[in-house]
Amino acid sequence: MNGKDRGCALVTGASRGIGAATARALAADSWPVGVNYRSDREGADRVVGEIEAAGGRAFAVCADVADRSAADELFTALEEHFGPVLVLVNNAGVRADGLSPQLDDDAWDRVIETNLSAAFRTTRRALRTMMRERFGRVVNIASIVGQRANPGQANYAASKAGLVAFTATVAAEVARRSVTVNAVAPGLVDTELTEGIGDELLRAIPARRAGTPEEVAACVRFLVSDDASYVNGTTLTVDGGLTA
Amino acid sequence: MTTATKDQIEERMTEALESFGADRDDISRDAKWESIDVDSLDLVELAQIVEEEYGVRMKEEDMKQMPTVGSAIDFVVERTDK
Repeated sequence: MNGKDRGCALVTGASRGIGAATARALAADSWPVGVNYRSDREGADRVVGEIEAAGGRAFAVCADVADRSAADELFTALEEHFGPVLVLVNNAGVRADGLSPQLDDDAWDRVIETNLSAAFRTTRRALRTMMRERFGRVVNIASIVGQRANPGQANYAASKAGLVAFTATVAAEVARRSVTVNAVAPGLVDTELTEGIGDELLRAIPARRAGTPEEVAACVRFLVSDDASYVNGTTLTVDGGLTA
Repeated sequence: MTTATKDQIEERMTEALESFGADRDDISRDAKWESIDVDSLDLVELAQIVEEEYGVRMKEEDMKQMPTVGSAIDFVVERTDK
């Protein structure tokens, strides 16, 4: 059913954190993986090196997904290297926190553009191939902040809630081409993106700890696998019980 | 890309419609999309095939003017002739 022998996986924002762990997890499942990065070439090369050392195949590809022409360039580069992109993980994300009364347009736009609009553009590009191949997996990395208030992150929350709605709608549009579109909504995970917002939240987490990027990547790996072929349009929350 | 004959285009588009699940016996120039169970997602894919293989762009507003199989074939043939 899957297309590992005729295509590859692309993970955006994969030079560190959840993206890097996801790239490693998919490579461990025999997917050739495109490791997208914006500026952290060293991190992307490290991820590629780890994957290759474990016997997998990976390719670092530079692109700022917030750039409107980036999706095409990113896909073209990867298609030339590994063939069609049959798995897309929209992980690239940014934060620009501030309380709403003071949040400026730039901070709003930057977060929406990278976290939501870029995911739309990469998904649109990926679906062209997935529909024709009658196989595809899109996994969007959302956040529990899209479901639960976190003051100071109105832009981030809106982008992630939008991603969840986008996920469900696109899933319903393309399901009969054997393409699944799902989301994973992590809670507090130990990454650079969550630095400084953890202390108060940590006390509220039933598991009493932050998650690891690998724990989130394991869920993405499942959603990409054949075992998840009938899971479509849903959001899998990975938060140690925080929103339970 | 623009050297295909009308017959070749018709055959390719028929083949595409079949791959979407339409019964070949039901596909005719006069057949309406609903009558052969071709929906909007199928038309999006048909437009993609036509663009990739013949360089003809079928926009959504164009497709609204194509209620039948024949009208879509004519649209593509006319534009590959130019």
